[in-house]
Amino acid sequence: MSEHIVSVRSYVLVFLALLCLTALTVGVAFVDLGSMNTVIALVIAATKMLLVMLIFMHVKYSSRLTKLAILAAFFWLGLLLTFTLSDYFTRRWTPSPSDWGPSISQPAPVNK
Amino acid sequence: MSTAAVAPPRDSRVNYLNANYGFRSWLLTTDHKRIALLYLMSITVMFFIGGAAATLMRLHLITPGGTLVQPATYNKLFTVHGIVMVFFFMIPSIPAVLGNFLVPLMIGAKDLAFPKINLLSWYIYIVGAGFTLYAILAGGVDTGWTFYTPYSSTYANTQVIAAALGVFITGFSSILTGLNFIVTIHKMRAPGLTWFRMPLFLWAMYATSVIMVLGTPVIAITIVLVAFERLLHVGIFDPKLGGDPILFQHLFWFYSHPAVYIMVLPGMGVVSEVIAAFSRKRIFGYSMVAFSSLAIAVISFLVWGHHMFVTGQSIYAGLIFSVLSFLVAIPSAIKVFNWTATLYKGSISYQAPMLYALGFIGLFTMGGLTGLFLASLATDVHLNGTYFIVAHFHYIMVGGTVMAYMAGIHFWWPKITGRLYPDGWARFAALLIFVGFNLTFFPQFMLGYLGMPRRYATYPAEFQVLNVMSSAGASILGIAYLIPLVYLIWSMRYGKIAGPNPWNATGLEWKTASPPITENFEETPVVTEEAYDYVHMPPMPSSAALAGEGDANV
Amino acid sequence: MSEVTSQHPHNLQHHFADMEQQNDSGIFGMWVFLVTEIMFFGAIFAAYAIYRSMYLPAFEFGSRLLDVKLGTVNTAVLIGSSLTMVLAVHAAQTGKRKALVFFLLLTMALGAVFLGIKSYEYYTKWEHSLVPGLRFAPTEALPSGVTVPNLEMFFCFYFFMTALHALHMIIGFGIMTVLVIMSWRGRFSPEYYAPIEVSGLYWHFVDIIWIFLFPLLYLIGGRYTT
Repeated sequence: MSEHIVSVRSYVLVFLALLCLTALTVGVAFVDLGSMNTVIALVIAATKMLLVMLIFMHVKYSSRLTKLAILAAFFWLGLLLTFTLSDYFTRRWTPSPSDWGPSISQPAPVNK
Repeated sequence: MSTAAVAPPRDSRVNYLNANYGFRSWLLTTDHKRIALLYLMSITVMFFIGGAAATLMRLHLITPGGTLVQPATYNKLFTVHGIVMVFFFMIPSIPAVLGNFLVPLMIGAKDLAFPKINLLSWYIYIVGAGFTLYAILAGGVDTGWTFYTPYSSTYANTQVIAAALGVFITGFSSILTGLNFIVTIHKMRAPGLTWFRMPLFLWAMYATSVIMVLGTPVIAITIVLVAFERLLHVGIFDPKLGGDPILFQHLFWFYSHPAVYIMVLPGMGVVSEVIAAFSRKRIFGYSMVAFSSLAIAVISFLVWGHHMFVTGQSIYAGLIFSVLSFLVAIPSAIKVFNWTATLYKGSISYQAPMLYALGFIGLFTMGGLTGLFLASLATDVHLNGTYFIVAHFHYIMVGGTVMAYMAGIHFWWPKITGRLYPDGWARFAALLIFVGFNLTFFPQFMLGYLGMPRRYATYPAEFQVLNVMSSAGASILGIAYLIPLVYLIWSMRYGKIAGPNPWNATGLEWKTASPPITENFEETPVVTEEAYDYVHMPPMPSSAALAGEGDANV
Repeated sequence: MSEVTSQHPHNLQHHFADMEQQNDSGIFGMWVFLVTEIMFFGAIFAAYAIYRSMYLPAFEFGSRLLDVKLGTVNTAVLIGSSLTMVLAVHAAQTGKRKALVFFLLLTMALGAVFLGIKSYEYYTKWEHSLVPGLRFAPTEALPSGVTVPNLEMFFCFYFFMTALHALHMIIGFGIMTVLVIMSWRGRFSPEYYAPIEVSGLYWHFVDIIWIFLFPLLYLIGGRYTT
C-alpha cells in the first residue's frame, strides 16, 4: 500500500493534462500528416497511459516488483506483436511457386 | 505388505481432513489442502474420461480398415481426448493438486495469498468441465483440440461453441491459480526463506505461474473470437470474407506452446525434489536449475511458430522460430544434466517415486530430443502431421509429466493422507506403466517416420503390425494406471500411519504433521538452512519400514 | 515476524502475518491480474493491427463512419471518472467517509454516461445496418479499395473491442456498488482502504484501454480537412 498520499492538486493537474492531450489527439486527426498520424496518435495515447499509470495508479510510488510486472506485460505483448507481424511482413519476401518460371518443370540436377 | 486385515487405529489428532465434516465444509472450504483434494478428484475423473477416448481410438486402430467407429466419430474421439487431457488434466494436474497443497507448506505459510480465489478457481474449473462434458454428450466436437479455423469457426457441424466455452472458462481457473502462486511466493515466504533457499519445486511453480498468467489470456480471447465467428457468421478467420486462418494459429499457439511448458515445468519441479530425496544429495547446480526454469518460461514464448512451419507462414518467420526452438532445448538439457550429476555418488533408493522420476528423465530426454527433428524446418516438412509428432508429445507429456505427477503423488501421499501406500504394488505399477508406455508410443515414432498421418481413422495395411503393438501397449498402460487408483484408495484406510517425515526428506512441508493441521504449522517456521540439506538428515528408511511391515502404530 | 494477537486488527485475514503483508499482497495481486488483462486485450489489439495493415482503406473508411464527437465526449467522461475514482481513494486515505461515497457514486454516474453514449452509438449503427453478422448492409458509397467484407471486418473489431471494454466497465459497476455499500457502512478508514485502492487500479485500467481504443478506432481514418 502506498503510504504516500498524492495531493488533490496533482490529480486535478493530471486530469487537465489528459483532457488537453485528448483535445490534441482529436485535433491532429483532422490534419493530414500521412503515416505520422498513426504514430502521433499512439504516442499521445501512450503519454496519457503513462500519466494515468504513474499518478492515478500510483506506479510512481510503487515497488520495483510492481514496475517489473508491468514492464513484463508490455514486453510480452511486444513479443506477440513482433513475432506475429514478422510473419505478415515477410510473407512476400519469398517468391511463391506461382512466381517461379518454366524452369520448375526441369528435373533437379543430381549431385554426384 | 501388511497382512493385518484390521485397519490401523485412526489418528485421533485434529488435522485438515478431520477438522470438520460434511459436504459444505468441503465445498465451501478455503483451505488450500482441501481444495487440492477437490482438484485431485476432479482431474482424476477427467483423466479417465480422456483415457476412455484413447482406449476407443487404440481399439479402433487395431485394424487398417477401422471398423470400430465411423470416421466422423473417430474425429470426435481424438478431439475429446486432446481437449480433456490437455485442458482438464495436464494443465491443472501438478499445479492445482500438488502446487495448491504444497506451495504454502513449502514456504511456511498458513495458506495461499487469496484462499477464496483459490476455491473460485476450482469452481470455474468445474463449470468449464461441465460445458465440455455437455459438448461431448450432445454430439461431440471434431475439430481437433487445436480448433483450427475456418473449419471450427465456419464449417464444423459439431458442438464447437460449447467446447470452446468450456476451454475459455477453464482458462480462468488456470489464470487465478497462477496469480495466487505468484503473489504467495513473492509476499508470504517464512522468515529466512530467501529465494535461493526455496525448494526447486517452488521455482518450477513460480515459472509455471508466469506462463499461465501471460499466455492463457491470449487463447481465451482467441477462442471467444471463434465462438463469436460461429454465432454471428462473420469472417474473422474465414478466407472467403477476408480473414486469415493463420492468424488464428498464431494466437492459438502463442499460448499453446508455452502451455506445454505449463505441463512439463511442474513435473521438472517434482523430479528435482524426488531425485534429491532419493539420492540423499542436494541438487547439483541448484541455481542453474532455478534459472533454467525461468529461462524456459521466457523462451517458451518465442517458439510457437514451429507448429506452423507447413501452414503458409513466412519462411523467414519460420527460420527465426526454428533457431529459437533449438535454443529452448538448452535449459531443459541443463536440468537433465544437473539431475544426472545429482545421482552420481548419491545414496540411491528405488522406491516408487524414484522409479517414476528416473522414468521421467529417460523418457523426457527421448521426447525432447525428437523435438529437435521437428524444430528443423526441412525434417519437419516430412514429419509434421504424422505419428512422429504424436509420439514426440506423448513421450514428453505422458512419459514426462504424467510420470512426474505419479512421482509427486506417491512422494507426498504420506503428507497428504498421513498414510503409507504399499510400495511393492507401487513399484510394480510404475514398471508396468513404463513398459506399457514404451510399447504404446515407440512404434508411433516409426509409424510417423514411415509416413502414417495422425488424426486418420484408417491407414495402409503395411502399418498394421506397428499399430497392433501400439494398441497392445495401450491396453497394458490402461490397466497399469488403474493399479495406483486401487492401492492409493486402499491405503487411505489400511495404510500404515506415516508420521511427519517418512522419507527423512528436507523441506518445510516435512517438518509438520502428516496430515498437517489446517493452519499448516503450530508456529511460523524460521528457515536457517539451505535447501536440500541432506548432509544433516538421517538416511532413507529401509524398504521394510516403508512397506508397512512391523508395528502398525508408529 | 510476531503475530500481535493482543491487538489483532479487525480486518486482518487469518492467513496473513500482518496488515502490511495483506495490503501488499492485495495490490500486487491486482497488478498481476491487470497483467493478464493487458495480454487479453493486447491479443485483440494485435489482431486489429494485422487486419488494419491488410485492409487499410476499409479500416479507414469504417473509422470515418464512427461519430468522433460522441467518442471524444466519451473519452472525456471516462477520464473524468478516473479522476473521481482517484479522489475517492484520496478520501479513503484521509478518512472522509461521505466524500468517499460521493466520489464513488460520481464515478459510477460518469461510467453510466459513458455506457449510455455507447449504447446510443450501437443503436445508430444498427439503424444504419452496420452490425456485422446480424444486420450488415452498408448504404454508404464505398471508396475504391473498400469491399463490403473488409468493411464488415472493421466493424467486427469495433463492436468486439468496445463491447469487451463495456463488459469490463459493467463488472466495474458491480464492484463499485459493493464498495459504495461498504463505504456507507463505514468499513473503510485510513488504516484499511485496500479494496478501494485495488478497485481503483481496475477502473483506471479500463480507462487506459479506452485511451487506446479511441484513437485506433475513431481517429486514424483519414478525416482530413486540410
